[in-house]
Amino acid sequence: MATLAHGTPEIAAEEPVNYLNVEHGWKSWLFTTDHKRIAVLYLISITLMFFVGGFMAVLFRINLLEPEGIFSAETYNRLFSMHGIVMVFFFLVPSIPATLANFLIPIMIGAKDLAFPRINLLSWYIYVVGAILTMYAVVRGGVDTGWTFYAPYSSTFSNSYVLAAAFGVFTAGFSSILTGLNFIVTVHKMRAPGMTWSRLPLFVWSNYATGLIQVLGTPVLAIVLLLLAFERIAHVGIFDPNIGGDPILFQHLFWFYSHPAVYIMILPGMGVISEIVSCFSRKRVFGYNFVAFSSMAIAVLSFVVWGHHMFITGESVYTGLAFSFLSFMVAVPSAIKVFNWTATMYKGSVSFDTPMLYAFGFIGLFTIGGLTGLFLATLATDVATHGTYFVVAHFHYVMVGGMVMAFLGGIHFWWPKMTGRMYSEAWSKFAALIVFIGFNLTFFPQFILGYMGMPRRYHAYPPEFQALNVLSSAGASVLGVGYIIPMIYLLWSLKYGPKAGPNPWGAAGLEWQTQSPPTTFNFDETPIVTEEAYNYGPLEEVIG
Amino acid sequence: MAETVIPVGQEPTAEETHLRHHFATPAQQMDAATLGMWTFLITEVLFFGGMFAAYAIYRGMYMDAFASTSEFMNVVLGGTNTAVLICSSLTMALGVRAAQLSNRKQLQLFLVLTMIFGTIFLVIKGFEYHAKWVEHLVPGFNFHYPIPQFERHAQILFFLYFCMTGMHALHMIVGLGLLSYLLIQATRKVFSATYYAPVEMIGLYWHFVDIVWIFLFPLLYLIGHRK
Repeated sequence: MATLAHGTPEIAAEEPVNYLNVEHGWKSWLFTTDHKRIAVLYLISITLMFFVGGFMAVLFRINLLEPEGIFSAETYNRLFSMHGIVMVFFFLVPSIPATLANFLIPIMIGAKDLAFPRINLLSWYIYVVGAILTMYAVVRGGVDTGWTFYAPYSSTFSNSYVLAAAFGVFTAGFSSILTGLNFIVTVHKMRAPGMTWSRLPLFVWSNYATGLIQVLGTPVLAIVLLLLAFERIAHVGIFDPNIGGDPILFQHLFWFYSHPAVYIMILPGMGVISEIVSCFSRKRVFGYNFVAFSSMAIAVLSFVVWGHHMFITGESVYTGLAFSFLSFMVAVPSAIKVFNWTATMYKGSVSFDTPMLYAFGFIGLFTIGGLTGLFLATLATDVATHGTYFVVAHFHYVMVGGMVMAFLGGIHFWWPKMTGRMYSEAWSKFAALIVFIGFNLTFFPQFILGYMGMPRRYHAYPPEFQALNVLSSAGASVLGVGYIIPMIYLLWSLKYGPKAGPNPWGAAGLEWQTQSPPTTFNFDETPIVTEEAYNYGPLEEVIG
Repeated sequence: MAETVIPVGQEPTAEETHLRHHFATPAQQMDAATLGMWTFLITEVLFFGGMFAAYAIYRGMYMDAFASTSEFMNVVLGGTNTAVLICSSLTMALGVRAAQLSNRKQLQLFLVLTMIFGTIFLVIKGFEYHAKWVEHLVPGFNFHYPIPQFERHAQILFFLYFCMTGMHALHMIVGLGLLSYLLIQATRKVFSATYYAPVEMIGLYWHFVDIVWIFLFPLLYLIGHRK
């Protein structure tokens, strides 16, 4: 990898054929089986959904400016529920896997495409159908059950459009399953000669672990939502206490998917951070094997901790103890990752390009989000903080402070590869700073609010909480600006950005050895890998 | 990467093996399809697993009510269906074998037989569903249980019965669609010893759906017969 061809400056030369300009017209996009084009389709769709979900957040943050609320309780309930549903199932779950990983995994392992290109396209169509169903529920008036659809409220009492939203989520689940399945088979069967498991980039490892969770967890969500839908249609069912059914069973089945799902929403981000930290420290990731296996450990542990969502909803003390202990165990592989990223930077040639700024943001915010997770894994503390804004702040530190930061970092890191263009360095650094400030301003007050006892999911609150709520709403608007700025300069760069060479960061990895943007089949001939990942040499040799 | 050793001069063309552009060898393509199918079947296990878990929990809680429902299950029809499905699995396996041996006539025969068995299963299931409706055993829509003390809890079993057998029947219908596709392809002489992956993969799916029934039959029909 150290013997890269120097990018010869092409002045006014015709652009070489790549996956973007090889074909034109909407048919060439809607019927494509190229993983890179499908990744772009996904990127457009999830960005749309991100702003839909974000818009709802703006509305309910406006509501919370006043202690007595501005909207009715019903409206507020629908806003936060739809925010959760859209953000979790239509943005966070597909965010990095369906876009960056879809684009990068085949290139990173030296393959021409994913193992099942047509299934990959199918997964996007399924996603779109799910999104349309959910948007139908939104337009008709929304759902007020929270993103968790807890029975018996969702099955019996709610007057909102539960069925449409549940079917939307059910459908989107299959797109997630197909993505995960494709990744698993691709990583097993499509690696280029010499690309052994221990040479895989850590981004591939983390998405492989994510694929396992998607494949094993999502079908359980599918069946529990289906049982819920049947119960809503038949007015009787297995979660109905009237006939001896147990609503707690719904929670068990739901969290059997949805707890692992929160690792679907963080593992790919950890993979991105490993790539970025290594590149901008110009060092091999410290303890490669440990970081790789910590992804697998998180995937395995994710399936045995769901009970910590139910400490106060009817679970025996002994079950609680076991789940509490197992939840603490998750901290071990998570901490391994954080320590190893830090150790990678130690004595490295650290530079402060935009992707690295997002990586710094990720490491700090994920650490806070992870450590507060331990407060919540502790039985006694959880009794006090469960159902308060402390929980809201905790998972937003992981999901937004972690995953969205990683997603933005990844987009900035691979943007030149995906589009062949560079964006404005100054604007992107500015935006990264705004996102960081806005994020902390929004969510740090929520830790305090939660600790003071403000419950989540209420449209009104006691007046003494107003100052912190106003601070949080103000932060949300800063955060919103931080998300809109990258939209503008990234779109701008598509037309006016300077052309990027094959390897603008001087990064190691197969994806930087092919042209930017890559050709349809990624490589002219299948690469033969002869060295481990992250084999960084002196900087000046490799930048192209 | 292990490559299959093929005698020189007899290598099948890319057309014959249906090798798609992104695979290096037919063996790699077959491996990927097989792993993909097994992974998909694992998701199916978890999909049905949710209902099996619910069944296990409620059966533990309401054993007597669950046992009382066996009176209303038609063991003869259920048993017949079990036999029908086992036969269909045999014909499916023979069909895969026929495809591997490039025996098109036999492949078509076995596919048709499998589809006939599958259809028989669904028809019998339809009669059973109809009988349940007539006997007022459909929770939510038409339920009146003759044993009053179990009226509430028995509904849970019947709800699970319809969900589990309904999901299974849906998988059978999908399976019949896939088999029709195979039959059309077989008639077009697509399959041969060099290319039979779809037959084998859909065969795996068919066996999986059969195995689900093998579990459903005793769990749903024979609860009260266990003494």
